[in-house]
Amino acid sequence: MSRIEGVLKNLKGQGRKALIPFITAGDPHPDQTVSLMHTLIEAGADIIELGVPFSDPMADGPVIQAACERALVHGTSLRQVIDMVRRFREDDNDTPVVLMGYLNPMEAMGYETFADAAAAAGVDGVLTVDLPPEEADDVAPLFAARKLDPIFLLAPTTTDDRIRAISDHSSGYVYYVSFKGVTGAAKINVDEVAERVQHIHDLTALPVGVGFGIRDAETAAAVGRVSDGVIVGSVLVDTIARNQADPEQLKRALGDLLKPMRTALDDLAS
Amino acid sequence: MSIKLTEEMLGSLPDSRGHFGAFGGRFVSETLMDSLMTLEREYLQLKNDPEFQAKFDKDLADYVGRPSPLYFAERLTREVGGAQIWLKREDLNHTGAHKVNNTIGQALLASFLGKKRVIAETGAGQHGVATATVCARLGLECHVFMGAEDIARQTLNVYRMKLLGAEVHAVESGTRTLKDAMNDAMRDWVSHVDDTFYIIGTVAGPHPYPLLVRDFQSVIGRETRAQSLKQAGRLPDALVACVGGGSNAIGMFYPFLTDEGVEMYGVEAGGHGIETGQHAAPLCSGRPGVLHGNRTYLMEDENGQIAATHSVSAGLDYPGVGPEHSWLKDIGRANYVSVTDDEALAGFRQLTRVEGIMPALESAHAVAYGTKLAATMDKDQILVINVSGRGDKDIHTIAKIDGIEI
Ligand SMILES: Cc1ncc(COP(=O)(O)O)c(C=O)c1O
Repeated sequence: MSRIEGVLKNLKGQGRKALIPFITAGDPHPDQTVSLMHTLIEAGADIIELGVPFSDPMADGPVIQAACERALVHGTSLRQVIDMVRRFREDDNDTPVVLMGYLNPMEAMGYETFADAAAAAGVDGVLTVDLPPEEADDVAPLFAARKLDPIFLLAPTTTDDRIRAISDHSSGYVYYVSFKGVTGAAKINVDEVAERVQHIHDLTALPVGVGFGIRDAETAAAVGRVSDGVIVGSVLVDTIARNQADPEQLKRALGDLLKPMRTALDDLAS
Repeated sequence: MSIKLTEEMLGSLPDSRGHFGAFGGRFVSETLMDSLMTLEREYLQLKNDPEFQAKFDKDLADYVGRPSPLYFAERLTREVGGAQIWLKREDLNHTGAHKVNNTIGQALLASFLGKKRVIAETGAGQHGVATATVCARLGLECHVFMGAEDIARQTLNVYRMKLLGAEVHAVESGTRTLKDAMNDAMRDWVSHVDDTFYIIGTVAGPHPYPLLVRDFQSVIGRETRAQSLKQAGRLPDALVACVGGGSNAIGMFYPFLTDEGVEMYGVEAGGHGIETGQHAAPLCSGRPGVLHGNRTYLMEDENGQIAATHSVSAGLDYPGVGPEHSWLKDIGRANYVSVTDDEALAGFRQLTRVEGIMPALESAHAVAYGTKLAATMDKDQILVINVSGRGDKDIHTIAKIDGIEI
């Protein structure tokens, strides 16, 4: 059983929902990322999605675009991000880490080199925004051989046939994008999401995480009620942007943001 | 030439997932997949629909003014002193460039699909103007994304778009040029995917765009082929076209691909010189990667971050290139070369002075290489340069280089 599968099974057994924060590696500075990951765990994170900065993040809104630019100013590379995971693993052997990014940095590194390095560092899953399963023939066997979970996106526009096919290519969980738009837009419609996620549950046995548009305890609880986990991104990254000058204040602010979400999700269980 | 292409081979490309050999494909986030698959399905039907094709042909004739002439540049030929130089006059099209061939086709597709809102990215502004033009004609809402840097150097085209009723969105992210405009257009598309048609301006992007833009632009090469047979009595020996994303070049090359005796030269923007790194010549000095939905030659750093590009011509200032060109390069069917900013400017001046034809700075790259190549060829050989657009939009840039305020 992969680390991701184990954590999600365990939560399900307790009737609890996964809290999955996203931050961009190297933002605001590469030296801070490992420590920020631990902050996220202390605030209640179950899984971390660690963004790999890319010069052209086409699926992201202005908040995560700016985070990529901040990280790239310091030259944050995919190799360095993998090394951050290795250092994180020195103190945390339990929390799954999913790398989330775009294909080109991985292609430039070489798929096999990447898969070897990621697996050795303790990466658990890989979500590549611009890699649909149709184009993943090369990477899928490399990931499978190293027990890296390939995590794919499902969207409001995904047809039933594709939901089934994408789920067949996925392990760990599937990531449902809650609305048609880029990260950071405030467009989430909870009733619509509930209906879609229920439908996805009918088509696949994999856990369903929902991301895009979750910004506070209220939206986290509303989406957590109908899914297996919530992914929280832009609101955290925005908090990083606003507190980048003061590392200690930044940690407090991230904790203040995540803890009420944790509480709200756990209240659903009781 | 390493392999002989046949009609049958060409007919099988791109494959059902949009691949030209190792290149092309559909690398986008899941939200867009359904739209791209619908577009592909609809286009493959309409491609063989006589009503759609008749409409397209009629618009090209009555609205664009096709066929564009194939003109024998007699004085230029004499001055260069080599092969006969012929010019394919895409600069004479309505709106002043080849771009309109494609926007007519895609706007027709948008109408057939019932979409009322159109978006486009633009570099030099020619594609933006061509899109705004067809939207004005069809009564479609039009949004054009343009890098802030390009807005500053193409003020004339920005104003033209506004007059035509388009909303021009300044893109401030990244390098503030064409690639960033394309990023923002993609972001807009994801956000309005139900009612919006994205008119991509070149043979790049995810499948089926490289296919359909190539098909719409192939009118250039089909006409040139027929005109050359009629006017010169035979096929050309060499074709020369500039390559930004590669739409005017593929449009010129494609109908000649199985004609073994016809050599092809795609001219990329050498900027300050390939050796300086400040250029926009991915086929000459890049390597394969994935950007904007397809796998192709790219300019990138060792970590896979897309590199900043430089060209005096905004329309060539792009770090990628259409995937079919990457394939043609790798199989050796077409040659890809570059000329510098200075050479292109000299090409602009030469064509203006000797033939009274002011080419776009993009096209001036083809002129510069074409004259260089012609000089090495025999007098009885024929070389065709695709003059993809007219130079009015670049007058400010030229004047500034000359130190003149206008
Ligand atoms: C006149 C002209 N030629 C060429 C280009 C480059 O595009 P492509 O390589 O797709 O033909 C442009 C782009 O703006 C243009 O305006």
